[in-house]
Amino acid sequence: MNTAESSAVAAAEEKRGFRDIVAFIRSELKPKGKLLTPFNVISAPIIILGAILILYRLVYGLGAVTNLSQEFPWGIWIGFDVMVGVAFAGGAYVLTFVVYVLRAEKYHPIIRATVLNGLLAYVFYAGAIFLDLGRWWNIANPLYGNKFGVNSVLFLIAWHFLLYMIAEFVEFSPAIAEWLGLRKLRKFLASLTIGAVIVGIALSTLHQSGLGALFMMAKGKIHPLWYTEFIPVLFFVSSIFAGLSMVIFEGSISHRVFKDQIDHKDHAAYDDIVIGLSKGCAVAMFVYFFAHALIFIHGWHWSLLNTPMGWWYLTEIVGFVAIPCFMFFQGARYRNIILMRTAAILAMIGIIVNRLNISIIAFKWWIPFSERYFPSWMEIVITLAIILTEIWVFRWIVNRMPVFRKPPAWAEEMHQ
Amino acid sequence: MGMDRRTFLKGLGTGIAVAAPGSSLLPGRLEAKEVVASKEFMGVLVDTTRCAGCQSCETACAEANNLTIPEIGNASAFEKVRDTSEKQWTLVNRFKTEKGEIFVKKQCMHCNQPGCVAACLVKAMVKRENGAVTWETNCMGCRFCMVSCPFDIPKFEYDSAVPKIQKCSLCWEKLEKGQKPACVEACPAEALTFGTRRELIEEAKRRIYQNSGQYISHIYGEHEVGGTGYLYISAVPFEQIGFRTDLGKIAYPEFSKGFLYSVPIVLLLWPAFLVGVNAITNRKDEVKRREGGAI
Repeated sequence: MNTAESSAVAAAEEKRGFRDIVAFIRSELKPKGKLLTPFNVISAPIIILGAILILYRLVYGLGAVTNLSQEFPWGIWIGFDVMVGVAFAGGAYVLTFVVYVLRAEKYHPIIRATVLNGLLAYVFYAGAIFLDLGRWWNIANPLYGNKFGVNSVLFLIAWHFLLYMIAEFVEFSPAIAEWLGLRKLRKFLASLTIGAVIVGIALSTLHQSGLGALFMMAKGKIHPLWYTEFIPVLFFVSSIFAGLSMVIFEGSISHRVFKDQIDHKDHAAYDDIVIGLSKGCAVAMFVYFFAHALIFIHGWHWSLLNTPMGWWYLTEIVGFVAIPCFMFFQGARYRNIILMRTAAILAMIGIIVNRLNISIIAFKWWIPFSERYFPSWMEIVITLAIILTEIWVFRWIVNRMPVFRKPPAWAEEMHQ
Repeated sequence: MGMDRRTFLKGLGTGIAVAAPGSSLLPGRLEAKEVVASKEFMGVLVDTTRCAGCQSCETACAEANNLTIPEIGNASAFEKVRDTSEKQWTLVNRFKTEKGEIFVKKQCMHCNQPGCVAACLVKAMVKRENGAVTWETNCMGCRFCMVSCPFDIPKFEYDSAVPKIQKCSLCWEKLEKGQKPACVEACPAEALTFGTRRELIEEAKRRIYQNSGQYISHIYGEHEVGGTGYLYISAVPFEQIGFRTDLGKIAYPEFSKGFLYSVPIVLLLWPAFLVGVNAITNRKDEVKRREGGAI
């Protein structure tokens, strides 16, 4: 298409009024595909029950639905939803770094799905903070309040979450413009990508480690095998392989569920992508394991190893770090997809175990089992409802916007 | 050496603060030491050898702060070591030791540099000029103060839809009027002494030196977690009467300071580095293009 032609098309597009776009969005809001799938039948009641419980929580307070106590002020909504959810969303900043900064084009086919996943993870899991806030109506205070608690690590995290959600939205926005057929807007939004990526990486570095820095002042409350001044560094390094493992895991499911949207060439190239991601995971996990070993040796905690908490520590570090690390190496070496996917799942369990250890399990480890925090069924249902809603939204977007599908031809041309 | 680095980082931080828009969002430091210098913190000295466990302070506290009036004079209250709660800001516990029964009052320690204040992202926890650590209603209810308090003092109203953080306020409004905290006024045994921290430490030392053998030579709170407004003296080692003696002398906000210092550096250097890498990879593309290869 020559320049004259394309400008003619652009002019035609400009004539498409606002009303046409609204009508298009309304038609897109309707469900596509079968409604009574096993996934829908199972997830819909959980989401509805979760929504009811959220209302119940807002009316009657946190104590009505959670098992939180004065001893355990943070439960799974922080320790799992926020801590684990944000670590799993780390794939977005790692892959945008690889694709947009290092320009490793090999990973381009999975970048949109990863950024979308990251964005939704922040909206839903970081959004879970809202439920956990006792005085949620004050949630915007750190943004516009006249009192900025700038000495607080949480203040930094609150701002970073917000700014990072905007950065990820900007990174994903060309897909929305392509969906709506807005060429000029897409061109403008695509020009913002590299800036959003660089800001996004800087923000991620700080708030991934910042989530660990939240526990710095819990010194004396976290078991010495887990409490170290290097928790922020460990959180950052582990977010790299947590995110990449999530990308591998998500990809293995998406490639089955959305296989009609992915063309054959991508399927073949996909194995290479998984191998590349696995190598990244293996290296990051090795660094993480090595850092743990150094911290352990310098901490001089040998006597603690042969205690129940010590065995649990070894389970985490050997079972869910060293072993999956080795599996990633071997899987990448022998191109064994099953091995790499298994390693990804083990690494993800390791992240869940680690974040729960620091926030809940090794937190006030001296308190007897009967008085410890254990999530109520309502806390678990609400968490499940949040995860399932995120999957519904992810599916809705993937079925409409070019995420796995190729972007429209006009957008491809614009790219060159 | 520490000062050099501090000055350097401060300078660097200030440079960025001037340069970057939205700079007021960069983390600063908790300058509690400067507050100390401008006005002395008030505090309370608790002499555990004088307390008889009458619990008058519990009642007085509840009356002064509109809390549920506790039932006192019931010996069974002392059977278990109790914790303060969202309904009770102070209470007395009994410990059986080699020197007989010892009664110990518990409440917020009013740290010189409080972890809870450094934790709060909306400054709902405030270290007042007179030394009191108090709570304000712009709180979000995130409970980070509870995680960050070395003494586990802030308590949360889980059963309320409009929950508050409840803790001893050192009766700071009474202090502003020149009065003493309610518990101090109520104590019939003179186990509680109100004054400036400096005076109280002198008084505590005097008691320890002049009554040799009656006290151990340790004022709890003089150095613990960087110093606290409440100070305790005792006849037996403090771990025997319910105190944590492993908290160290470093003020709790110091533990997250290292991370906060790194923030402006990362925000400045990291994007600069990434832009540089991006420029280099861009050049590679150009070279390829010039050579006629596909990108």
